[in-house]
Amino acid sequence: MRKRHTILIGKTVKRAARLRGGGTALPGLVVEKLDKNFVGHMLADLPYGVVVITGTNGKTTTTKIVSELLAASGLTVFTNKTGSNFVRGIAAAILDVVDSKGRMPHDIAVLELDEAHAVHFIQRAPVDHVLLLNVMRDQLDRFGEIDYTAKLLQKVAVKATGSVVLNRDDPRVSAIAKLVNLHDPTVPVRYFGADSSLHHVFVNDDKLYQVETEQPLPPRHLEPADVELAAFNEHQASFRIGNKTYDATMKLSGVYNFLNAAGALALCKTILGSKGNDARLVAALEKVEPAFGRGETLQVNGKPLELVLVKNPAGFRLSLASFDPADASVMIAINDQYADGRDMSWLWDVDFTSLQEHGVAMVSGIRAYDMALRLRYDNVAAGQIDTDLRASLATFLSADTTASTRRIFCTYTAMLKLRRLLRAYTKLEIMG
Amino acid sequence: MSTAKTLRILQLYPNEMNIYGDRGNVLTLMRRAEWHGYTPEVVYHHPGKPFPKDIDMIVGGGGQDSGQEKVEDDLLKIGDQLHSLADGNVPMVMVCGLYQLFGRFFKTADGKTIPGIGIFGAETHAGPTRLIGNITLDTPFGEVIGYENHSGQTFLDASVKPFGKVLKGAGNNQKDNFEGAVYNNVYGTYLHGSLLPKNPVFADELLRQAALRKFSEFTSLEVDDSLADQARLVARKRPR
Repeated sequence: MRKRHTILIGKTVKRAARLRGGGTALPGLVVEKLDKNFVGHMLADLPYGVVVITGTNGKTTTTKIVSELLAASGLTVFTNKTGSNFVRGIAAAILDVVDSKGRMPHDIAVLELDEAHAVHFIQRAPVDHVLLLNVMRDQLDRFGEIDYTAKLLQKVAVKATGSVVLNRDDPRVSAIAKLVNLHDPTVPVRYFGADSSLHHVFVNDDKLYQVETEQPLPPRHLEPADVELAAFNEHQASFRIGNKTYDATMKLSGVYNFLNAAGALALCKTILGSKGNDARLVAALEKVEPAFGRGETLQVNGKPLELVLVKNPAGFRLSLASFDPADASVMIAINDQYADGRDMSWLWDVDFTSLQEHGVAMVSGIRAYDMALRLRYDNVAAGQIDTDLRASLATFLSADTTASTRRIFCTYTAMLKLRRLLRAYTKLEIMG
Repeated sequence: MSTAKTLRILQLYPNEMNIYGDRGNVLTLMRRAEWHGYTPEVVYHHPGKPFPKDIDMIVGGGGQDSGQEKVEDDLLKIGDQLHSLADGNVPMVMVCGLYQLFGRFFKTADGKTIPGIGIFGAETHAGPTRLIGNITLDTPFGEVIGYENHSGQTFLDASVKPFGKVLKGAGNNQKDNFEGAVYNNVYGTYLHGSLLPKNPVFADELLRQAALRKFSEFTSLEVDDSLADQARLVARKRPR
């Protein structure tokens, strides 16, 4: 009875908020006030349970991949679109889909949660499966030390009752297996990873900042992976599953998304068990389009425009390695709003020398001059510098270029702003 | 230009103490040395390794707790060498974690005392709140702009000169108005961002001190710092 009551009020508030043009926060807040464990109550009865995907980089894209692979396998999936990964946002999203009797028509919930919100979430809701992607140093002014972040992930992992899927190549993530085993030895721990020939691309956080020492660290013992990224080349990726290798032509871009895809495949295999079909999962993976702003490609002024979100040194570095600087006109937009991180130190932990040959056409965002200064110290030429995103975008898009692609590397709030501005140039869905 | 004008820059514990863009400080000294006609050579000191010889400048940074633990013993072992270089006027810039350990000690929240090497007459105590945000200082090298993020609060002996006075932000602690510490040409500070790229006057002062010590003169060339000037203008206006 109480559940129905909460839903009725929540839906009413939601309608009212929508009439006023408001966002999702208020209805979520109201239902949480009425029933602190609303989300947990609502998600508890899903036949395939609740999946939490977390880690520093790749959450949004991986959640999208997992949702689409499970849908292709016949499940009805509830998921949270980016921008609502607070428990409250999930509550609001549930209000959209639940009927007045409190029934959700879904088989499974696949939720993206950042590390801190995930810890909050597990206190309110059951968790069946957990996928942990990586622990990288992110904006330290917001998240603190990565050893602390790793502890948050541990708390989430030990709550899983169905399975835990770990990146075996990230030592801070793979170490969590021990805790899961100690906590509940019946919960299986599965792994994904990259072939050892690719480890120079997917460096873990410790190695990312290392200078050469005379004695390299001894190689770590690596757990066998259910799904291994075996090789990639542009949009081709090969996944080793058991003793078979599957070649996929990906719509996703960015090498990190190929590794995330291996994680998604491993997770879907443990969720689906004997109902899973590897070939069908890979076929579905080929159809997955990039999430918004994450290697998303738009058509503007007759040329593809790629939006690449960069949030931290590891992500920026992998993004630079993923997209060929030749034949692309490049813009970089760096903001320092709270959601981006206010500290600019992170730019100095990214190596920009790969841009030396072709330069950067436009540098923008609130901290455009910090970025331009960073490029100068790597001997990378910056064509124009303008802190105003609107003007910069207009100049960048109208400038003549012989390159076949335009590409913008942007921080989170710069990406949201650019996508809004891009509505004047092309049709696109606005999120976040 | 003579290639014999080599400046050897040592980065302390690059693999353990590197969390706040400390590489940016090394890169800035390297590039600016080149722009002024010198040949930079970067060397590293790792825990347990012999301390490199013929060092002209030293840069050190901050670490995670786990990184800090890995260097504590080694730092005490090379303490005498660092003291003699400091007394010999070798310029050094120590940011955050290593600034704290260049003082006498760091007392952690759980009451543990981590001994430092005492180049600065200063002590650091775990504070009640983390001091985070944009910060500007008034220093002998003009306004210095950076970002601070530390829980330790540092208190200087009365005889110790601070690096600067805080214009905006917290600095060493929540009690006095000082930021950082200075001993001869050794500078300790909580500022990163990175510190040196956006503060080229201070970066050049370190190079000048190194060149004077080694070659008895500093021959500087014109460097275009307009991007740093613009970045400073923006940074100064940003919220804490």
